[in-house]
Amino acid sequence: MKKDTSHINSLENEAIYIMREVAAQFEKPVLLFSGGKDSITLVRLAVKAFYPAKVPFPLMHIDTGHNFPETIEFRDRLVKELGLELIVRNVQDSIDEGKVKEESGRYASRNMLQTTTLLDAIEEFKFDACIGGARRDEEKARAKERIFSVRDDFGQWDEKNQRPELFDMLNGEIEHGQNVRVFPISNWTELDVWSYIEKENIEIPSIYFAHKRKVFLRDGMIWSADDEVVYRDDHEEVIEEMVRFRTVGDMSCTAAVLSEASTIDKVVEEIRDSTISERGARIDDKRSEAAMEKRKQQGYF
Amino acid sequence: MEVLKIATAGSVDDGKSTLIGRILYDTKSLTTDKLEAIEKTSKQRGYDYLDFSLATDGLVAEREQGITIDVAHIYFSTKKKSYIIADTPGHVEYTRNMVTGASTSQASIILIDARKGVIEQTNRHFFINNLLRIKDVVVAINKMDLVDYSEEVYNKIKADFSELMSKRDYQDQKITFIPVSALKGDNVVNKTDKMPWYKGEALLEHLEQLDKADIFNVGTPRFPVQYVIRPKTEEFHDYRGYAGKVYGGDLSVGDDIIVLPSKTRSKIKDIYFYDEKYETASRRSSVTITLENDINVSRGDMIVKEGDLPTIDKQFTANVCWMDTNELTPGGKYVVQHGINKVLAKVERINHKINPDYSGFEKGVTGLAINDIASVTFKLNKPIFYDQFKNHRTNGSFIIIDTQSNNTVGAGFIQ
Repeated sequence: MKKDTSHINSLENEAIYIMREVAAQFEKPVLLFSGGKDSITLVRLAVKAFYPAKVPFPLMHIDTGHNFPETIEFRDRLVKELGLELIVRNVQDSIDEGKVKEESGRYASRNMLQTTTLLDAIEEFKFDACIGGARRDEEKARAKERIFSVRDDFGQWDEKNQRPELFDMLNGEIEHGQNVRVFPISNWTELDVWSYIEKENIEIPSIYFAHKRKVFLRDGMIWSADDEVVYRDDHEEVIEEMVRFRTVGDMSCTAAVLSEASTIDKVVEEIRDSTISERGARIDDKRSEAAMEKRKQQGYF
Repeated sequence: MEVLKIATAGSVDDGKSTLIGRILYDTKSLTTDKLEAIEKTSKQRGYDYLDFSLATDGLVAEREQGITIDVAHIYFSTKKKSYIIADTPGHVEYTRNMVTGASTSQASIILIDARKGVIEQTNRHFFINNLLRIKDVVVAINKMDLVDYSEEVYNKIKADFSELMSKRDYQDQKITFIPVSALKGDNVVNKTDKMPWYKGEALLEHLEQLDKADIFNVGTPRFPVQYVIRPKTEEFHDYRGYAGKVYGGDLSVGDDIIVLPSKTRSKIKDIYFYDEKYETASRRSSVTITLENDINVSRGDMIVKEGDLPTIDKQFTANVCWMDTNELTPGGKYVVQHGINKVLAKVERINHKINPDYSGFEKGVTGLAINDIASVTFKLNKPIFYDQFKNHRTNGSFIIIDTQSNNTVGAGFIQ
């Protein structure tokens, strides 16, 4: 019997329902793929939603150029194995075209610059729905995000004027020029995602597991020592530690955690016992208490 | 382990956010960095206690005004269950948000300030719980620490609330009264020794022991076809699968079915979930079904069991909660989204407005303002397949979409 009783199954059923609504209600949907565990989970859900047919939309990666090399290698292999279509747009191109300016200094990151590249790509391909892996448990402002979240012509989020979402009904009606951000795993927690990866035996990039890495310490956090991408003061000493990453964003804004968890079951165990939130290791959220809300208003994912 | 969605309702100062913050704190669901942020901000504001409401009030405007203005979702889990709390604001101008939060919930918590007792807003909160047929309602009488943990105060509020209960039309609802102090943590997660006269469970203990029969509405199986899967590959050359979510009851291989609106008969051949076949698809599972005969089925059609037909009609009457600043008026044209099906609808008439505080009906109403609740009759441009809301929560509800703005401007519950 196909049951809905277990917690993770009911979340999966909800996400598959949302994937199918996207394919039915929109003309040009796209799945935004970052190479992180949440977007890998989305790919798995999309494959399951439309089996035995192919996933009826492409993946798009906004490449900051500062990704961990493991992520890119993983992305290309996944797309090939599953026979999916992949679109890549580069933040470097937006910089070269003079549309955005590279940040400089200690906390320089290309995370903010992604927004421009993303909005340009949405316009270029005329995407009307962008599926993303954001979850409501990640951050306070995200707790109020809808599953179908309408963005205006400028890609902006009007958080005070959101459409109510009742029962299972998703209203994807939009005007020309608008688009909808869709969050199928809105109701999942970090632990749910990991439990699902374990249950489904989904492959994820190696940096999620404990490995030896050259790092340095700053503000009580562990940074990857990659001189090309991450700014480091001379006095910040490089050491080697056993670490893993809980989120995989830009190298310049993703801190590592000390960990011995080298297998998926050990990672699940570690998350279950963890006392620090996932985004606690994301420097971009710490800029101010309202950092995420401000970025979202500007069109950030 | 299962998921329990809970809606909370309370007035501005009833301490709703504090209650949720307290639950998170006592179940050790707050992570160190979140807790540190709460401690820091509480200190900055000069409080001598931890302001747990900071854990939930997410938007900048809310932190500035100190009130909740939208539905926030909060997640925590115990060994037994996973919980999702839809934290909704209690102001009269946020009736629509309360309806929204309650629509996806199986249980709810109504907060009452022990010093103020049952107030006008309590009526409305309870009314909405009734309208949406929430099966399990907890009335949490909060701030008991400020009334010396008095049994007398508790009994008075209980008696006042019981009067409201006699007016509801959903009598099967289970109602539990619990005296709490969210600020001090009494009877929230752990039972307190300060109210020995209270023999019941703490709030979380109560939620923990609720089982499926307590919280889920059972109905007849309905299968709205969401998407037709046609791989057109060599391996699956003739495959034609109907993808959708099962509502209300189970469907099994071999079931005699009818496809609406064509009323074509067939049998369920296979039930797939991804690449595996199953004998039965249980309610709320997102499966793909194949049929014995090669018939024409498309998105928006509904597969039901033979002998279990819903009402098929181009007209219906429903209780509507209006959510838009532009008025709903007789003659107005909208899109009605019933499940995944969209039809054009015209407001035939407003039968009467319903005062959401059990004070009766208002006849002769010419328009509905935001947050109004009324009985409205609609005419549709093509038939839909519906059940009464009281018999089927999913197939008896719909949303109203404005054809100009595309916004969701109302929700309805079919009578």
